[in-house]
Amino acid sequence: MKIKNIAMTLAAAGLVFSAQASIAGSTLDSVKKKGVVSCGVSTGLAGFSQKDEKGQWSGLDVDVCRSVAAAVLGDASKVQYKPLTAKERFTALQSGEIDILSRNTTWTHTRDTSLGLNFAGVIYYDGAGFMVNKKLGVSSATELNGANACIQAGTSTELAISDYFRENKMEYKAVTFDTSDQTRAGFESGRCDFLVSDQSQLYALRIGLKNPAGAIVLPEVISKEPLGPVVRQNDDEWFNVVKWVVNASIEGEYQGVTSANAAEMKAKGNPGQKRLLGSEGDLGEKLGLPADWAYQVITQVGNYAESFERNVGQGSPLKIARGLNAQWNKGGILYSPAMR
Amino acid sequence: MFSKKTAEQIKFETRPNRVGAKAFYNNPKYRGWIYQSVLFVFLIGFFYSIVSNTLDNMSAQGIKSGFSFLNTSAGFDVLMSLIPFDTTDSYLQIFIIGILNTILVSVIGIIFSTILGFIFGIAYFSRNWLINKIAVIYVEIFRNIPVILQVIFWYTVFNALPIARESLNLGDAVFLNVTGLYFPKLVGESGSGVVYGAIVVAILAIFAIKRWAKKRQELTGEQFPILWTSLGIFFGLPLLALLITGLPFHLDYPALKGFNFKGGISVIPELISLAIALSVYTGAFIAEAVRAGIQSVPQGQTEAARSIGLKESKIMSLIIVPQSMRVITPMLNSEYQSLVKNTTIATAIGYPELFTVFAGSALNQVGQAVEIMFMTLAIYFVINMVISLVMNHFNKRTELSAR
Repeated sequence: MKIKNIAMTLAAAGLVFSAQASIAGSTLDSVKKKGVVSCGVSTGLAGFSQKDEKGQWSGLDVDVCRSVAAAVLGDASKVQYKPLTAKERFTALQSGEIDILSRNTTWTHTRDTSLGLNFAGVIYYDGAGFMVNKKLGVSSATELNGANACIQAGTSTELAISDYFRENKMEYKAVTFDTSDQTRAGFESGRCDFLVSDQSQLYALRIGLKNPAGAIVLPEVISKEPLGPVVRQNDDEWFNVVKWVVNASIEGEYQGVTSANAAEMKAKGNPGQKRLLGSEGDLGEKLGLPADWAYQVITQVGNYAESFERNVGQGSPLKIARGLNAQWNKGGILYSPAMR
Repeated sequence: MFSKKTAEQIKFETRPNRVGAKAFYNNPKYRGWIYQSVLFVFLIGFFYSIVSNTLDNMSAQGIKSGFSFLNTSAGFDVLMSLIPFDTTDSYLQIFIIGILNTILVSVIGIIFSTILGFIFGIAYFSRNWLINKIAVIYVEIFRNIPVILQVIFWYTVFNALPIARESLNLGDAVFLNVTGLYFPKLVGESGSGVVYGAIVVAILAIFAIKRWAKKRQELTGEQFPILWTSLGIFFGLPLLALLITGLPFHLDYPALKGFNFKGGISVIPELISLAIALSVYTGAFIAEAVRAGIQSVPQGQTEAARSIGLKESKIMSLIIVPQSMRVITPMLNSEYQSLVKNTTIATAIGYPELFTVFAGSALNQVGQAVEIMFMTLAIYFVINMVISLVMNHFNKRTELSAR
């Protein structure tokens, strides 16, 4: 009996040894082989990544996943979504469970340098702000001394609010939650006096309240929160793909290419439009993608403006103004490196 | 004269004499030893390979490793801390705060689950139909619902309470609202040391009287009213000290200032919800352990005790429960360990214990998953080993001593 036990232990251990974990390697090849892009998204945030009654995901973050699927596999629907909490997201990417993390994640120095990750661009320029109950009669964040704050655990907001209160010599108590739904519930029940999060999220969370009109977003923006997709470090091929898919969408808007006119532009557009859409040059080949990669992105998902308006802009309940997220030549800071 | 022989030798010598039977690899002692050392070497190699593999993979992926992050400033706030804490304090402090908060809720849970468990475990044997049924229903309901649902249930109950400005108010001293429970704090002035001293003296006196009474009973058979005397001393002595020193205490009342109550003692709803859920849940299992323990004591013991005229309450406390402890203690040990592990469910409601605050927030801010998970696992291991040691010691004392 004892010998049998030992033998079984040896056998089990042998299995562990032989099964070597190899996460390294080309993500692009593995995505092509799988025929699907695994994409880490939020557990549900209006405008960014949200699942409807039919189980369809939509949002600005989701559009990044769909764009990459369109560029690599020619079909924007070939995405496998993995809803992740803020706390789970980086481990899921590091361990190879997902190919891209597109989950309103702030590009920070620490995350970029010590987590083995690369940020592939910015799809939304945001900043942390405050939402309070109207009944409190607070009109500025400077009146929040001694209040309880609802925050999502593991976010850069957790750090931004601490800096802000320290700088202004005020005190607060952080009530942290795992998901944005729990954070909103905490705010709604009165467990905390205010909710602190990225501005875009505040608007998204507010429309989910039982009484959205009862809450106001304070004017202060206390941090820079550039949000964008993340990939694993040391896989430059995949990093380039995701980076340039994001850029293609921004460049599409700049060049005036939309999902409606892309086919026409591809045939008789100007050189810049033709290069982008693959009828001239070899931009696709250099990425290891088909020549019409950006054409697929723009026809299936749309350019940045289309995606923005549909998910968070005037075509959505959030009605967020373009602001910083307008093109560089239209008052914003959105700028794609040159497509040539 | 007999020469002392070990069981091993006797077994060995009584074997039929075969060729090669004396070879060392047929000696069960050596053979066992060889197997054990092979396994040991193998395990060392196994863990070494896991650790080095992980480190290689991490450096290949460009993930930072090492424990230097512990000295850097955390930069985020923790909801509740038993030691002074500022957001500029280090991750090491976050780690310690997490451990203390885990221990706090574990200790509260262990105390209350034990009380609940013994009350309902004994109530099961009540001849009163209602009390018996209450015990059965308690056990069946709370044992069969996952503990995470119970935690969320109690937290939801708390969330339904009014906001701070509309607190439930008991005599302008105790307040209950969605942000927690607030009650006055006793603040000692000069002379209060005498009263604390009186409490210590009272406790020592009670122990002394207990020993004296036991001795007297063994010698003369006379019983002494220990309970009433103890209560008298416990309250009487400090009261006397209070009067002599002229009440050197005042109460610090909580009061609504700005957004929240200031002053007094406050308990956050996350702690209350978690403590209630863990106590009630584990209490149901302990009640079952107590029931099994009591049932393991032969019926004859009760009958014998009745025949010498002991009261029912005395039969339970003097005859049945002490004997049943032999069965109950090992089960208590594992229930306590489960309770400690279950505190990690706090992450669902945000009580800042070790798992939530260190393996959650801190892990996400620095991203050093391997180091942080290792430290977290080690702490749960140590806490549970301590519980095990204490309970094993207690178990030895309650064991049936063979005479």
